[in-house]
Parts: sequence; C-alpha cells; structure tokens
Amino acid sequence: MSRAMRYSTLAIALHWLIALLIFVAFPLGVYMHELPLSPDKLKLYSYHKWIGIMVLLLAAIRVSWRMTHTPPPLPAGIAAWQRHASSAVHGLLYLLMIAIPVSGWLMSSAKGFQTVWFGVLPLPDLVDKNRELGDLLAGVHKALNFTLLGLVILHVGAALQHHFIGRQPFLQRMGWGKKERT
Amino acid sequence: MTRHLALIALLAALTAPAAHAVEYRTVLPKQSTIHFEFRQMGVPVKGGFKRFTTQMVFDPAKPEAAHAQIEIDLASIDAGSAEADDESAGKLWFNRSAYPKATFVSSQIRALGNNRYEMRGTLTLKGRSRDMVVPVTYAPGHSAAIFDGSFILKRLDFGIGEGLWADVATVANEVRVTFRIAASGN
Ligand code: HEM
Repeated sequence: MSRAMRYSTLAIALHWLIALLIFVAFPLGVYMHELPLSPDKLKLYSYHKWIGIMVLLLAAIRVSWRMTHTPPPLPAGIAAWQRHASSAVHGLLYLLMIAIPVSGWLMSSAKGFQTVWFGVLPLPDLVDKNRELGDLLAGVHKALNFTLLGLVILHVGAALQHHFIGRQPFLQRMGWGKKERT
Repeated sequence: MTRHLALIALLAALTAPAAHAVEYRTVLPKQSTIHFEFRQMGVPVKGGFKRFTTQMVFDPAKPEAAHAQIEIDLASIDAGSAEADDESAGKLWFNRSAYPKATFVSSQIRALGNNRYEMRGTLTLKGRSRDMVVPVTYAPGHSAAIFDGSFILKRLDFGIGEGLWADVATVANEVRVTFRIAASGN
C-alpha cells in the first residue's frame, strides 16, 4: 500500500489512543453508575472523568489535524453512497469525541462536583450547581454515548467488511499490517 | 444654671453606657447559616445544614460573660448530592437514628481585639465530645450583629465515616466548617 493511502503517523496514533481510552471510559461509565456509594465508586468516577478529559484533549488535537489535512483517498471502487455514508459517520464521530466529554464536564459542574484532572489540575466549572440541569445533562451524556456506540459498530463493521469481504486493504489505512515500501 | 448642667452631665454619664450596651441574644435564623466543605478525591465539595437553633448572649462590653449554644438537626444536611445526603444518615456516618443532633456549647470567650474573639467550647457529634477553639469575628450592624466563624474539624475524631469510609485518601479527614450567626440586640 502506498504511503498516500495511509493516514499520517500522528493521525494513526491519535486514532488508536482515543479508541483505547473510549473503550475504557465507556464500560467504566456504565459500571460505576450502578454502584452503591462507596470510596471505590468515588475513585472510579474520578478515573472516568480524568480519562474523558484526556479524550477531549486528544480529540481537539485530532480535529485540528483533520481540519488542516486531507485524509488519504478511499480506494477506487467504493460506491458513492458509501463514500457519503463514510464521511457522514466520520464527521459525527469527531463531533461526539468532543461533545461527549464536554457533556460530561458540564454535567459534573451542574452536579456540583468539579473536575480536578488527575487530582491536581482543577478545571473551571462550566455552569453553576443546579440539580435539574445536572440530571438533564446526565441524560444527554448517556444519549450521546449510546449514539456513539451505534456509530462505532457501523464504523468498525464497515472497515472490517471492506477489508475482509471487499478485500481492500482498509485496516492498513489506520496502520494495521506491514508498511509497504514505496 | 451650673447646677443644671452638672445634673445633665451626671444623667448623661449614667445613661450613656446603658444606652450603648447592646446585649445580643435574639438570633435571626433566616440570616444565619452553617456550611461545610471537604475534599473528595481532591475535589472540593460544599454542603451545609439548613436547620439549627442557636442560643446566645453577647455583650461586646463583657465578652467574658458571653455564651453560645448551637444545636444542629442533622436531618437537614446538604452533603453535596441526594445520594450523599442519604448515605450520611447511615451507621458509618452520623448514625442519625441514634444521634439526630450535633451540639456545640461554648465554655469560654476571649476578646483578641479588633472585634475578633476566640471561642472555646465542646462539640458533640455522634456521641463523641471534643474541645474546639473557634475564631469568631463580630460585626456590629444596624438591625443585627453578624458573628462569623470558621474552623477545621477532623471527621475521624467523631467517627464520621467509619469502616471503608475511614480512607482519608478518598474523603479527606479535614472538614472546614463555616458559620454565620445573625443576632439582634435587645
Ligand atoms: C470519551 C469520553 C467519555 C465517554 C466514552 C463516557 C462514557 C460514559 C458512559 C457510557 C456513561 C454511563 C451512562 C449511563 O449509563 O447513564 C457515563 C457516565 C458518566 N460520565 Fe462519562 N464519558 C466520557 C467522558 C466524561 C467526562 C469528561 C466526564 C466528566 C468530566 C464524564 C462524567 C460522567 C459521569 C459523572 C457519569 C455518571 C452519570 C450519572 O451518575 O448519572 N464523562 N460516561
């Protein structure tokens, strides 16, 4: 695969790092939420928030990269509707990578629990404490997350489908497999 | 004439201290507050108590005779969230069914100058009593005087948060208590 068909090393690194962090933050969010109040619950909430803010930071870098770079073109032979669907899904994924942590941050502010990143860096509260708003934002955070889950399934499904069934080297675009010399 | 002046001067001298001496003993609950703040995973969490009664006598001319007694209804807690409010009632925290109230009774009040005072007294929480030293400032006002104070208590001294909650790395031992008592003179 030519270099031109591959995302840059920075984009690839950000893609997998963000994916990994989301794969930790998501189940953690679902799990911690159900726990009865305990010191462990408080710890998990903090870890979740720290990981989420890390995603926000990396996603901000990633979106700025994307706005200043053109991704490698899709291989020939991909149907037009699939090209449109792919760019729509990618756009929404970028949006959610930002909107989910921001909604979490807003929710935490509204619930009156500031985010202190890694226990050392206090982030400003974005809104005043307000119980109703906190509950509303928790619902928003959840809805955005389950939208993300649906899109990620589509995204992974499409990549695997093109790679294994369409027999196009899709996974190499994001750095899987050997780098071919050009 | 001079006799009259002397008489007026005498009267003034007698009544002036009486007119100026205000003894504050009527507490205004609506303008009085008790808040606290503690750290949870390094995050400051604010709370407070909505219902408490205060009995006090304070005459700035005789601070050593002053006295204060506060009784807090622990059921009126705001511990930061509904979940924490419920949790705080349990045995590991306030054990509220056995100890529904917290009390503070002053034993000695000392003037430090500049409207600052040092109040010593006993705080009783969850059946445990500890001596505390509380700095208080006094601000005279038109309709009411304001008494502001703040001190740090160590929750574990009172067994607040036992068992798994004794882990101070998650919920800090230090709790800053801040109060404001408004009282009108008689
Ligand atoms: C990529 C980042 C994030 C992901 C994937 C994520 C995912 C989730 C998920 C799946 C839940 C469970 C929702 C539910 O079932 O109700 C959740 C809950 C939660 N998240 Fe996040 N989250 C992220 C970022 C953040 C951030 C940055 C914060 C705060 C600074 C945050 C704060 C919370 C809180 C407080 C809850 C619990 C809500 C409740 O108790 O009702 N999240 N998160």
